[in-house]
Amino acid sequence: MSVLIDADTTFIVQGITGREAVNLTRECLDYGSKVVGGVTPGRKGREVHGVPVFDTVEQAVENHGGPIDGSVVTVPPGFTKDAVIEALANGIRLVVVVTERIPRGDVAEMVEYADRVGARIIGPNCLGLIAPGLCKMGGIGGPAADAAKAYEPGVVGVMSRSGGMTTEISSTLTAAGLGVSTAISIGGDAIIGSTYAELMPFFEADQETQAIVIYSEPGGRMEAQLAEWVAANNSRLPIVAFMAGKFMDDEEMKGMSFGHAGTIVEGKEDSATEKIARLQEAGITVVERIDEIPDAVKEGIDG
Amino acid sequence: MRFYEYEARKIVELAGIPVTEYGFCRTPEEARAAAEKIDGPTVVKSQVLTGGRMKAGGVQFADTPDEAAAHAETILDLEINGHMPRGVLVDPKAEVKQEYYAGVVWDGTAKKPLMLFSDMGGIDIEQVAEEHPDHVGRGHISNLDPVFDFQAKQVIARTGVTGSQLTRATPILARLAELFREKDMLLAEINPLAELTDGRFVALDAHMEMEGEAVGRQAELLREELGIAEDDTRESYEPSDFERRVKEIDASDHRGVIQGKDHNFDGNLGLVIGAGGGSLTLTDAVRSQGGKPANYSEIGGNPSVAKACGLAREVLQKDGVEKIAVMMSIVSNTRVDIVARGVIKACLELGLDPSETIAVFRIPGAWEEEGAKILDYYGVEYYDRSVSLWDAAGRAVEKVQG
Repeated sequence: MSVLIDADTTFIVQGITGREAVNLTRECLDYGSKVVGGVTPGRKGREVHGVPVFDTVEQAVENHGGPIDGSVVTVPPGFTKDAVIEALANGIRLVVVVTERIPRGDVAEMVEYADRVGARIIGPNCLGLIAPGLCKMGGIGGPAADAAKAYEPGVVGVMSRSGGMTTEISSTLTAAGLGVSTAISIGGDAIIGSTYAELMPFFEADQETQAIVIYSEPGGRMEAQLAEWVAANNSRLPIVAFMAGKFMDDEEMKGMSFGHAGTIVEGKEDSATEKIARLQEAGITVVERIDEIPDAVKEGIDG
Repeated sequence: MRFYEYEARKIVELAGIPVTEYGFCRTPEEARAAAEKIDGPTVVKSQVLTGGRMKAGGVQFADTPDEAAAHAETILDLEINGHMPRGVLVDPKAEVKQEYYAGVVWDGTAKKPLMLFSDMGGIDIEQVAEEHPDHVGRGHISNLDPVFDFQAKQVIARTGVTGSQLTRATPILARLAELFREKDMLLAEINPLAELTDGRFVALDAHMEMEGEAVGRQAELLREELGIAEDDTRESYEPSDFERRVKEIDASDHRGVIQGKDHNFDGNLGLVIGAGGGSLTLTDAVRSQGGKPANYSEIGGNPSVAKACGLAREVLQKDGVEKIAVMMSIVSNTRVDIVARGVIKACLELGLDPSETIAVFRIPGAWEEEGAKILDYYGVEYYDRSVSLWDAAGRAVEKVQG
């Protein structure tokens, strides 16, 4: 099995005629994903790699003849909030937001809207998610052949604040023969649709998943939230964490942001050192290097 | 984006929250005129983007306009934590009965703005929260629904405040919450919010910080109401020449993104690395193995040869750089061959031998065979995904240290 998506998942691409969206659509189709439509206002009647383009999500749903599961949104930041809410208002329940540089208030608005209708947002500022061999939703892993090389079906659930590191870590797990059940690029912004702790119940319920790997960065309290979740839920899943950005702990780096928008140390709880301590207190293994992850996972599963 | 106090007060005022009649002044003469207009005792406050101005002598009290002018003269020349003031604010010395705190911040876990109120104003809210938690009221507001006054009232009442104080403070906190949302703030604080001896509530000092990504859509407030110039970005430090030039190169064409930072980096190993998470991981890996990075950088989104070349050239030309390490986590969008071409071009243009200058090239992924061929031609060893990020960084450190 897998988490959030499977071989039957249908989705549309909003902003499908943009350069990156055209590539993304090609990659997903090649991988075998069911891309059932695209939306770009004013471009109704066109096709992108055989996928019909519509003016509205409503038209895409009508054309499909039934509910559509998901949407990948890749439109400019100023239009993203409206596009996401359009998807949610038309019954779509899983929205991957690729767009970066969306103001925090807009993200919070769409996330609250999603909560109200019982939908889930992944991202923004993410590459989407992949259930190896079943479905690739977003640019994650790149072209189908590359994605297949880095992601083999397996037992580890991956959640990462960095899109690129999702693939780097999964490739390591694949090379070690462990493979990946589902990998989710959760996004690098300060406020995101789905945090580690909010996604844990899905992995917990997935029989295929035997362990979790997370990639973390300084900034925010997402790791503290995961530690709290683990302490409160007696999870069956061993978790291995990698924390990047330790150099940002240096006094002279305070207040500077590196990498992602969310990566800025503001309080005393959100430095790399603090987060590592918190994760370890909750029984989560924190590794120093990416290449130590597979052994740590094996130990967690066997131990 | 951070604001000076006089701007933060203006923002508060525009939201309909009462403030005292203050004057922003750039010269002692203007300060004298402002004090004359106030016609009473005044406070002269340094306008700097840093805390601790009281301790540093950046806040002075004056009984006469002459005194206000004299204080302004001193304060205008007073550097605080490395910042020179932009001017002074001349404020009437308020007859304060009690100081309160009103603030709105983001709660990242709840993904909603959080209203905060305390009847112990004038000091740091974190300190109050730690030492007197029962004196801090909290409450979330929705991102979608209007802000209702009762929500602010509840937050204030949680601190035990009642009577006319409660009814007067309520609309102020509610307007502050609206302002926070409408103006894309990351922080909106009134501290102290003063209850004057005549019973009025006024904002005596305010702190505001705006979301960087929203600066474009808040142009009306920033440019027209506050008169802030477009190039006045309020970075927490002055960008270096390296940072400025990398930014220019990045802006020169729309393909891909390069970023460079060297604030507080001064090592001998230049880093041409990417993307967001990979850069953080690699910078740690270099430092953990005894390496000294000359800079931080990020490559992403498939930049052109010119961009990759431009970044590498800037890194190579930094003082003290002996070699560069070109490393990324597995790429799917950025093309390995394009980055390879860019960094080799940079070496050649500067008259450097790529095989000597490029300590390590570790970028697996899209177009890697083509990249490996180009590198091989120039005698640069190519590492694929079988070499970990850690080992690639270690190899680079070894090579630069001889």
